[in-house]
Amino acid sequence: METVNVKINGISLNVPKGITILEAARLAHIEIPTLCFLKEINEIGACRICVVEVKGARSLVASCVYPVADGMEVITDSPKVLASRRQTLELILSDHDRKCLSCVRSGNCELLKLCHDLKVENETAYEGERNHYELDNSSKHMVRDNNKCILCRRCSAVCDHVQGIGVIGANERGFTTNIACAFDLGLGETSCVSCGQCIAVCPTGALYEKDSTEEVFNAIHNTDKHVVVQTAPAVRAALGEAFGLPIGTNVEGKMVAALRRLGFDKVFDTDFAADLTIMEEATEFIDRVQNGGVLPLITSCSPGWIKYCEHYYPDMLDNLSSCKSPQQMFGAITKTYYAEKMGLNPEDIVMVSVMPCTAKKYEIDRDDQNAAGVPDVDISITTRELARMIDRVGLNFLSLPDEDFDDPLGRSTGASVIFGATGGVMEAALRTAVETLSGEELPSPDFTEVRGTEGIKKATYHVAGMDVNVAVASGLNNAKVLLDEIKSGKSQYHLVEIMGCPGGCVNGGGQPQQPASVRNNTDIRALRAKALYDLDASMPIRKSHENPSIKKLYDEFLEKPGSHKAHDLLHTSYVKRAINPF
Amino acid sequence: MGVKQSTVPFAGTNEQYEKLLKVIAEHKDDKGALMPIMQEAQEIYGYLPIEVQSIISNELDIPLEKIYGIATFYSQFSLSPKGKYVISICMGTACYVKGAGDIYNKFKELLNISDGECTPDGKFSFDSCRCIGACGLAPVITINDDVYGKITVDDVEGILAKYE
Repeated sequence: METVNVKINGISLNVPKGITILEAARLAHIEIPTLCFLKEINEIGACRICVVEVKGARSLVASCVYPVADGMEVITDSPKVLASRRQTLELILSDHDRKCLSCVRSGNCELLKLCHDLKVENETAYEGERNHYELDNSSKHMVRDNNKCILCRRCSAVCDHVQGIGVIGANERGFTTNIACAFDLGLGETSCVSCGQCIAVCPTGALYEKDSTEEVFNAIHNTDKHVVVQTAPAVRAALGEAFGLPIGTNVEGKMVAALRRLGFDKVFDTDFAADLTIMEEATEFIDRVQNGGVLPLITSCSPGWIKYCEHYYPDMLDNLSSCKSPQQMFGAITKTYYAEKMGLNPEDIVMVSVMPCTAKKYEIDRDDQNAAGVPDVDISITTRELARMIDRVGLNFLSLPDEDFDDPLGRSTGASVIFGATGGVMEAALRTAVETLSGEELPSPDFTEVRGTEGIKKATYHVAGMDVNVAVASGLNNAKVLLDEIKSGKSQYHLVEIMGCPGGCVNGGGQPQQPASVRNNTDIRALRAKALYDLDASMPIRKSHENPSIKKLYDEFLEKPGSHKAHDLLHTSYVKRAINPF
Repeated sequence: MGVKQSTVPFAGTNEQYEKLLKVIAEHKDDKGALMPIMQEAQEIYGYLPIEVQSIISNELDIPLEKIYGIATFYSQFSLSPKGKYVISICMGTACYVKGAGDIYNKFKELLNISDGECTPDGKFSFDSCRCIGACGLAPVITINDDVYGKITVDDVEGILAKYE
């Protein structure tokens, strides 16, 4: 590797050629602050927070995009640099509404932290005209508040470059520049898929999910209602981050204890419904393979992906599994089977889901998601909202004991817990489909070829005399590449898993936000996924079809996978949508 | 949300549509095709309403927002059609000091549209413009080829009435 010699704050370093000053400074243990910079996603050098002095340069340079050169001398901490960064922040604040006390990002706002670190003492240093924007409340899942937007463009970069959607971007110019949709349409009127990746990368409180925590508290306090909660696999792998635990800490036991103390009548696990999904989806897959159905079969757990498919690949809706997502299956079973068992009227049950996802808020209102004649799921909250609820009632999360989910809808397998990571649904489906097709027990339940955070993974398995070609994609730009390949006829797959968010649900739009300084230097997807794979490996039962509660559910209620009743309750339909209004 | 769409109904013809498709087909594979296509689309339609931007978005597989972002960044692009009568209000220095601002506001008030927009009936559109070189007549406005000089706020209503 070619290297160059540079001097940073007087320290001589030999660093790889071609890296940026920002990266070189890290090698010298110096963290240059950034604001607009998102590695490989938003490298535009626009915000001017990361400026440094380069000897001989005419002016301060943006270290996030400025490459090192041999003999370069850099100063990252001179009074001139620090004054410039402070002034930049003061200018940003001059058009910011500064309602920090009531802001959802109070506590983890990147702008606030920079102001603190750089000792901004006067938030009204520059008084003058300010922009005032209406909130965009038009979508089911989120709010856009441009009064808190700092125009870093991290959201639009993720929407366009990572998700391939690009429904938000910079409009107008100069002082009136604002992030919005085309023609100022509401986000809810566009082809936004509700993935929430924009929220995950927003440094301020300009983008946030619609908060349903008060609605949940009201349900809990209503003594006429039986309030049941389900938690998605990926929540346990990230909730701890909201309480200062390292990324990738599994907090399943404490999460259950917290939910019980919040007052839910039953604390169940979406993982149970993930096992149920596998039973239905594997059956659907085998049926399509044996009876010449539409292939590849594509998974349907991720509502962001489903909406993307409806807008961008409406001609491939027949490839989608008709299975409802685990969230919705869980609601359906709760309001039918569980209601019957408990002697409850489905209308008296409030089904709350805790999800790593913002698209789940949109999914609960979709058509054909009401098995018992009432919505399968009533309220869907994000991992972040659960953390807020825990804080609101003063639970000391870190000192809570580890507790177990309630029976019977709290029992799950290793197959279901890995649903939260890209490749996990595929692996879980293979564990069941391969054993069903071959009639033999797998020597090992591990299908390691489909693990890992790469955007697209492919494998071929020899099962019962046939080659089964599988592919896995996460992040919608990757999904696009894979789908175009399928449409062109270049590749013949049998089973395809697609998750809307890069890395899968562990990196969902509803997970605790990590600042860019962490995101740029750590693969949070891999760390959170590891927590799930470790959990899988530690579980006594690792295949969905071996879950005793699932077997019982079929024996007592659903008859068999793919039965008429299962279809009525657990399957759904899709609609073709356009990308643009015209 | 205040949707920024022209209140003038879109009246694109099949001929214009075919012409635009031809322009898109010509440029489709060029690097940086979007700008020339937007410029030619504006030539064809006179402005770039959501209907036209959507055609470009669908054909090029480029997000509508990206096209709209460009259309609102460059002042040469217009989201509103020109009216049957195009009113230009000179905001050059001489006109401005002679009260062009008040005249501008009076037109805005009477027509109930913003700078660059067109009345819903397609009759009037109005813009402020740079010095037109008739400072001796300040404040001056033009309506199509008619020039009105040394006008006052009280004249505005009467001038508009001539075009009713």
